[in-house]
Amino acid sequence: MNRTILRAGGATLAVVLAAIWAFPVYWMINTSFQTPATINKLTPTFVPLDGTLKNYREVLADNSFTAALGMSLTVTAIALVLCVLYAVLAALAIARFRFRGRKTFVLAIIVVQMLPAEAMFIAQYKMLASANLLNSVIGVTVIYLAMVVPFTTWMLRGFVAGVPIDLEEAAMIDGCTRMGAFRRVTFPLLAPGLVASGVFAFVQVWNEFALASIILTENQKATLPLWLRDFAQTSNLGVTEWGQVMAGSVLVAIPVIVFFMIVQGRMAQGLVGGAVKG
Amino acid sequence: MTTTVTAPEATGAQAPDAPPSRKRRPKLPYALLIPAIATLLIGLGYPVTWQIINSFKEYGLAQQFGQPAEFVGIQNYLDLFTDSVFWTIALRSVAFMAGTALLTMGIGIALALLMKAIPTWSRIVLQVAMLLAWAMPIVAQMTVANWLIDDRNGVVNYVLSLIPGVDLVGHNWLEQPLSFFLVAMTIITWASVPFVAFSVYAGLTQVSDEVLEAASLDGASRSQTLRMVIMPIIRPVLVILLLLQLIWDLRVFAQIQLLQDFGAGGERYDLLGTYIYGLGIGQSQFGMAAAAAMVVMALTLAVSWGYVRSMLKEDSES
Repeated sequence: MNRTILRAGGATLAVVLAAIWAFPVYWMINTSFQTPATINKLTPTFVPLDGTLKNYREVLADNSFTAALGMSLTVTAIALVLCVLYAVLAALAIARFRFRGRKTFVLAIIVVQMLPAEAMFIAQYKMLASANLLNSVIGVTVIYLAMVVPFTTWMLRGFVAGVPIDLEEAAMIDGCTRMGAFRRVTFPLLAPGLVASGVFAFVQVWNEFALASIILTENQKATLPLWLRDFAQTSNLGVTEWGQVMAGSVLVAIPVIVFFMIVQGRMAQGLVGGAVKG
Repeated sequence: MTTTVTAPEATGAQAPDAPPSRKRRPKLPYALLIPAIATLLIGLGYPVTWQIINSFKEYGLAQQFGQPAEFVGIQNYLDLFTDSVFWTIALRSVAFMAGTALLTMGIGIALALLMKAIPTWSRIVLQVAMLLAWAMPIVAQMTVANWLIDDRNGVVNYVLSLIPGVDLVGHNWLEQPLSFFLVAMTIITWASVPFVAFSVYAGLTQVSDEVLEAASLDGASRSQTLRMVIMPIIRPVLVILLLLQLIWDLRVFAQIQLLQDFGAGGERYDLLGTYIYGLGIGQSQFGMAAAAAMVVMALTLAVSWGYVRSMLKEDSES
C-alpha cells in the first residue's frame, strides 16, 4: 500500500519535472504561432488557439534566412562527408592494427577533444585571416573538421572493434585484399555506427555558433545560428517580433531535435564509454 | 590474432597472404591516418603552435599594422597575473564552473534515481521531455530564454508575479551581474541535466537485482543500500560525468556571449571565454589573448586528465 502511494507520488513528480523541462521548448512553439497583438498582451497566452502561420511565412520569405540555410547546408554537408570518411579510415587504423605511434595518435585524439575551442578562436582567426579565408566556406569547414574528426574517430573505433576480425580474415583467405575485405565485409556492418557518428558530426557543425561568429562576419556568409542571433537582435532595436524570432528558432532547432532523437543513446555511450558497462 | 609459426617476430594484425619471408612494418595504418592527421595539424596543430609562440610576443594593434612582433619572454603572463581584472574573472569562472557542475550532477543523479523508482510510462514522459531540452541548439536555447525572461511580456515574470506579494513585471534579470550569472547557470543546468540523468540511469540499470536483494536480506535500509551498494558500483560513471561537466562548464562561451548580446556587456559580466574574446577580437591584443588562452588550456587539461586516463584505459582494454 505504502509502496503504491510512493510510486504514484513519484509518477506525479516525474510528470511535473517533465513539464518544467519541456516548457521552454513548448513556449518556443507556442509563441511561434501567435500574432504580435496576442504576444504583446500583458497576460501570456498559454495555448495558441487563434494560431497563425504568418510568422513562418515571413521568416521563410526572408532572403537572409534562405541565404543562411544555404550556407549552413553547404558547410555541414562538406564537413559531414569528409569527417565521416577521414574518421572511418582512422578508426580502421587504430582498431585493426597495432603499430608504432598508435598510442600517441589515440592520446592525441582524446586530448584534442579536451582543448577548449574557446581558447583557440583567436589563433584560428589569425590563421584564416593570414590565409585570406575569413568569410569563406573552406576556412570555416577546415576548422569544423578538426573539431569533429577526433570524437567521430573515437566513436567509430568502437564500432569497428565490434565487428569480429575473423570475418575479414575469412574474406582475405577467399582472395580479398586487406582493404577489399574491409570494404566488402566490415564497412556494410558499420552502417549503424556511420549513422550515429554522422548525426553527431551534423549536430555539432549545424549548431556551432562561437567560431562562426568570429570567422563569418559578413552578413551574407552567416550560418543559421548567426542568422538567428542577428534576427533576434535587429528587431531588438524597436519592438522585438518574438513571434517571428520563435518561428526562426523552431526552424533552426527542428532538424537537430529530429536527428538527435535517432541517436541519443549512442552519443551518451561514446562519451561515457566503458564506465557504463560496469 | 594471426601468428604463424614461421614468423615469430610478426606482431599485430596482418594480411595472412603476405609472404612470410619479408615481414615488414605495415604501411597501411599510417596511410589510413593521413587525412585525419592532416586535418588535425591544419585545424588545431597550427593554431595551437601559433598561440604558444605568440603568447611570448608583444602582439597588439601596432603589430597588426605591420610592426614586427617581438619576443618579450613571459611578459604577457606577468601582465596577466598581476592584473586584478584577470584574477576576478578567472575566480568567477572557476566558481561558475564548480557551481554549475555540482548543481547539474545533483539534479541529474536525483532524476536518475527517480526514473528508476517510477512506473515505466511516467519515466518515458520524463525522458522525452529531457531529450527535447538536450537537443535544443544553444542559440535557440538562449533566444528562447531571453523571451521567457523578457521584462514586460516574459512568462517568467508573469508567473512569478502570481505569487502574492511579488511583483516582477518589468524586472530585468540580466542587469545585476549576480542575477545574470544565475540566469546563465539555470539555462546551462537545464540543458546539461538530461545527459547526466540518462547516463546515471544507464549506470543504475547495470546494478543487478541479486545484489540489491542480497543487501536487503542483510537488513540494509533503502538509504544504506543507496550509499553503500549502489553508489560504489556507479562511481566510475559519476566520476567521468563530473569531469565532463567541469570541463564543459569551464569553457562556456556561447551562452555568456549571447546573454551579453541580449542584456548588458562588459567586464562585470565576463567569464574567461568572453574575456579572451574581448582581448583578442575586441581590443586586438593578440599576445595577451594568446597568453590568457594558454592559461585556460592548462586549466582544462589539468581538470580533464582523469578523463583522458580513463579513455586510454578503455582503449587498451578493447
